[in-house]
Amino acid sequence: MLGKVKKLGKKTLVITGNYAVAYAAKSARVEVVAAYPITPQTSIVEKIAEFVETGLMNAKYIRVESEHSAMAACVGASAAGARAFTATSSQGLAYMHEMLHWAARARLPIVMAVVNRAMATPWNIWSDHQDSMSQRDTGWIQFYASNNQEAYDTVIQAYRLCEDEDIYLPAFICLDAFILSHTSMPVTIHDEEDVDKFLPKYEARHWKLDVDNPVTNGNIVTPDHYYEMSWSMDESMRYVKKKFPEICEEYKELFGQWHGVFTKGYKIDDAEYVIIAPGTLFEESCVAVDMLRENNVPIGALKLRVYRPFPSEDIISVARKCKMLITLDRALSYGFNGPIFNDVRSAIYGETGTPVFGYAVGLGGRDVTFNDISSIVRDATLKLEKGLHSSFVYYGLKVGEK
Amino acid sequence: MVKDHIILPVSKPTEGSMGKTGLWRTFRPVINYDKCVKCLLCWFYCPDIAIKIRDDGYPEIDYCYCKGCGICWHECKVKAISFVREGEEVG
Repeated sequence: MLGKVKKLGKKTLVITGNYAVAYAAKSARVEVVAAYPITPQTSIVEKIAEFVETGLMNAKYIRVESEHSAMAACVGASAAGARAFTATSSQGLAYMHEMLHWAARARLPIVMAVVNRAMATPWNIWSDHQDSMSQRDTGWIQFYASNNQEAYDTVIQAYRLCEDEDIYLPAFICLDAFILSHTSMPVTIHDEEDVDKFLPKYEARHWKLDVDNPVTNGNIVTPDHYYEMSWSMDESMRYVKKKFPEICEEYKELFGQWHGVFTKGYKIDDAEYVIIAPGTLFEESCVAVDMLRENNVPIGALKLRVYRPFPSEDIISVARKCKMLITLDRALSYGFNGPIFNDVRSAIYGETGTPVFGYAVGLGGRDVTFNDISSIVRDATLKLEKGLHSSFVYYGLKVGEK
Repeated sequence: MVKDHIILPVSKPTEGSMGKTGLWRTFRPVINYDKCVKCLLCWFYCPDIAIKIRDDGYPEIDYCYCKGCGICWHECKVKAISFVREGEEVG
């Protein structure tokens, strides 16, 4: 039997990004958590285990033997109509890959936290987006949080979005390893009762595993039907573009928190150059923007909050107003630049001829400071002055140093 | 009501929704009714619900849907079920 739930009042706590995510799962009244530990994610599921064990959270906690099983258990729980949650990083996410497709194609609104960590080999536990970027085409909605409050709020917003009857897709929220996951910041935690108003109990209206009305999802389907199901997922991604702005507005009204919708601009209204970056790279870019503005560099920054569906409309509208876009990628698409650089160029193609300069930064957790970003802006400005239109640079590479 | 653009491969269990799966069989289970004690373990274990219970209480294999997995033959405690290659007579 599940324990009796005790109340915890609304309060601001100084907690790590990982704890913020654990508190979000609690605030969202997650019903099933299936998880396997992996650095730097582990303290999320440890904290949730503590909530469940002490009766603060009324959930079933399933300890599984692998991340593949963790996602499989979430698939089963969600299919039975429960709100399911898990968290992972790096190799764990890669190991889940097959089940990510199952979850998305079965249209199950599972929400997961991904603490971004570099892929092996060699072993590296530090921040790097290769793990989540590699899951780009699984049908999962991807968020990148830039601070701990955003990580907390986005988990709750993601459930509301994923459980929308026009969407029914899963989502994961990315946190940069250690920069957010193990760094403490003040985070306002809301009462479950208040969150209930924003996020009602999950009801599977599309399909459900139910002993009284037995059905199967995923029997063999011939070429006559499969294609339309893939289209259907893409169509739901388009509904994300319609629904998420309303959800963010409502969240702001209820809880006073605003992190933007798909993107969030910083000093972009009069900016001639705009840095596009996800997560903490955006936060650091804002520091660089302030510093550069003191030297009269007309620059702004745009947070890429949602990576899938890709916010092409936002990027086109920013690109139309500025002279140059600079993208920061913490991952590579081996053989073809960085994924954000490629997507930004693809999004604006045929819409505007704004030059785009891409930079690979911070792979394997290498530090990216405002000084690095300022150097990048200087480099891009020189390229623009030379009349270049596009380039991709591996910033700070130590290969060939003398 | 599910929205029109949400297309799901959801199916309800019906007899023969996958076609006549009995065609998949390489070996077939055959019940020797002289030995059968009507315990119905075969009926209980059959993963394809291809064993029916007759009015007289004996189990009967539906060869239209029996895939020949051999579970009933393995489970039968009184060895009333033999498992023979298709095309061959019961030995």
